[in-house]
Amino acid sequence: MTHSVSIKDLSLSFGAVKVLENLNLDIGEGEFLVLLGSSGCGKSTLLNCIAGLLEPTGGRIFIKGRNVTWEEPKDRGIGMVFQSYALYPQMTVEKNLSFGLQVARMPKAEIDRRVGRAAEILQISPFLKRKPSELSGGQRQRVAIGRALVRDVDVFLFDEPLSNLDAKLRSELRVEIKRLHQSLKNTMIYVTHDQIEALTLADRIAIMKSGVIQQLADPNTIYNAPRNMFVAGFIGSPSMNFLHGEIAEREGRLVFTTDGVDFPLDGYRSGETLAAGRKVVLGVRPEHVRVNEDGETHEATVDIEEPMGADNLLWLKLAGHTLSVRVGGARRFAPGTAVRLSFDMALASLFDAGTEERI
Amino acid sequence: MADTFALKDGPALAAARKAGVEPAGRRPRRMLSGRNIMIYGTLFVAAVYYLLPLYVMIVTSIKGMPEIRLGNIFSPPMEITLEPWAKAWASACTGLNCDGLSRGFWNSVRITVPSTLISILIASINGYALANWKFKGADVFFTILIVGAFIPYQVMLYPIVIVLREMGIYGTLTGLVIVHTIFGMPILTLLFRNYFASLPSELFKAARIDGAGFWQIYFRIMLPMSLPIFVVAMILQVTGIWNDFLFGVVFTRPEYYPMTVQLNNIVNSVQGVKEYNVNMAATLLTGAVPLIVYFVSGRLFVRGIAAGAVKG
Repeated sequence: MTHSVSIKDLSLSFGAVKVLENLNLDIGEGEFLVLLGSSGCGKSTLLNCIAGLLEPTGGRIFIKGRNVTWEEPKDRGIGMVFQSYALYPQMTVEKNLSFGLQVARMPKAEIDRRVGRAAEILQISPFLKRKPSELSGGQRQRVAIGRALVRDVDVFLFDEPLSNLDAKLRSELRVEIKRLHQSLKNTMIYVTHDQIEALTLADRIAIMKSGVIQQLADPNTIYNAPRNMFVAGFIGSPSMNFLHGEIAEREGRLVFTTDGVDFPLDGYRSGETLAAGRKVVLGVRPEHVRVNEDGETHEATVDIEEPMGADNLLWLKLAGHTLSVRVGGARRFAPGTAVRLSFDMALASLFDAGTEERI
Repeated sequence: MADTFALKDGPALAAARKAGVEPAGRRPRRMLSGRNIMIYGTLFVAAVYYLLPLYVMIVTSIKGMPEIRLGNIFSPPMEITLEPWAKAWASACTGLNCDGLSRGFWNSVRITVPSTLISILIASINGYALANWKFKGADVFFTILIVGAFIPYQVMLYPIVIVLREMGIYGTLTGLVIVHTIFGMPILTLLFRNYFASLPSELFKAARIDGAGFWQIYFRIMLPMSLPIFVVAMILQVTGIWNDFLFGVVFTRPEYYPMTVQLNNIVNSVQGVKEYNVNMAATLLTGAVPLIVYFVSGRLFVRGIAAGAVKG
């Protein structure tokens, strides 16, 4: 796979504050990469470095194999879409779209052709003569995407483009961005703090925390095999259940034990050999807890029930722990009901209690 | 009283009443309550207090000297004459010159217009650069500029005289324009910097991605969004420079004296009879320019001052 964007040992500090340190990242041709993290993790900073809006303190950035570390934003072959749309308020939609092309002194006919094409793709042709203030939020964001589109760039950069929209519009535009990517096949780098956006859009997700990429993998791997407890806890709603305990041996079988409750580790695929006595954290997603099924089970009581339509979310008490459990919407449990539960070990995660890394 | 209000009920309220629905909330306050009388009474007294001198000036300026000698400064003129205004404008004497305030007026125009334009142009570019193009040492530069605003003028008078003399422009209008431009710089730069900083920074970033450079962003993106703050700066500079007295006296020669200085010379001339009506007319003429500026652009001024306060 050729690399569309390649970042080598990138560092950036504001005075004494190090935001990024020796960050490496390779993004493939036509890939949709999502940078995911909570605010202040450096994801937007990284995007601004790629765009050329921030000067890195060290390291290099390559786009299409060309070293662009010190190049002007306009020469990098990138287009960017901002959270606040950043449309020029005094210009019509048409002028907004053509501004960059005019600055580049492109012939009028070519400008018209490109603007027309972008407007058609994004279905904003009827609004070309309007000012941004006369558009709805969704329409404004389309224009902002169009501004990147007309420039015919290799790489699209999105900086939380859907955060200012209401929930319904957000899911609509999410689908549209995905469709756009499928038809244009450009490289797209997308910054968000919304895990749903990340999971639905990405070819690969890079989860960031304090300027460091915690895990870079496809959404499925991120969800089912998180590399460490931060990634495991960040992705998924409600969060993964964490149980602190240790590995023990019972009659020749390895089990995870916590507060006198044993869960057999049969079916868990570990990258290393597990030894009894090791302090570990067991992570189980709410939908990987089985309720009232056959096999080795433990007694628990229903504390709270949250019906959510398609699903039913239960909060169970088990030996002093509170577990969130997702069951089908049709399965209802009254608070106080005793239930039997077990874990789907093949889909669970074990972490070292000290390093918080997956084992 | 309650009955009289019931009579004024509109059709909607009357219908609501018929349906047994009573209006909720407090009853609107009556116009002639004790509270209102107090408030408007106080406001009226304050207004009279401030307007009375203006009234006296206007009335005096259209009286003839014999009438003024009667001593009733508050009485309306028995005979209206515009002679004092004409004299103040065209033939009042200061020293050997007897061409009135007109010379000072044109001097002031020649000082105020270029000073205002140049200082606003430079300060807006300064503010734009400081807000959007963070260069090395920008903060230090800005701090020094702001400190400049707090140094008393008097300290700098003599050094500036020397500098202007060495440059060969002491006593000329050019020199005075330069001085006004420099002294307007700290406050105007602060004004523009804060305004540009309050504009969303993503706009600036988007323009850079679009390939616009320093000047293109300034002229095509920033300027069209900044009319209110330019009006504020214009008002500050026009009134400030028009009303200036100190710099006008210190840095120019008598033939270039601005209107304020000439007004002072007319009013304070000790020879002959004190012509109160001419003095009043001259004062009103001098004050007319800032007054007109306020009246014409006051509304924009308030909008501009408030523009930085809320995001919009």
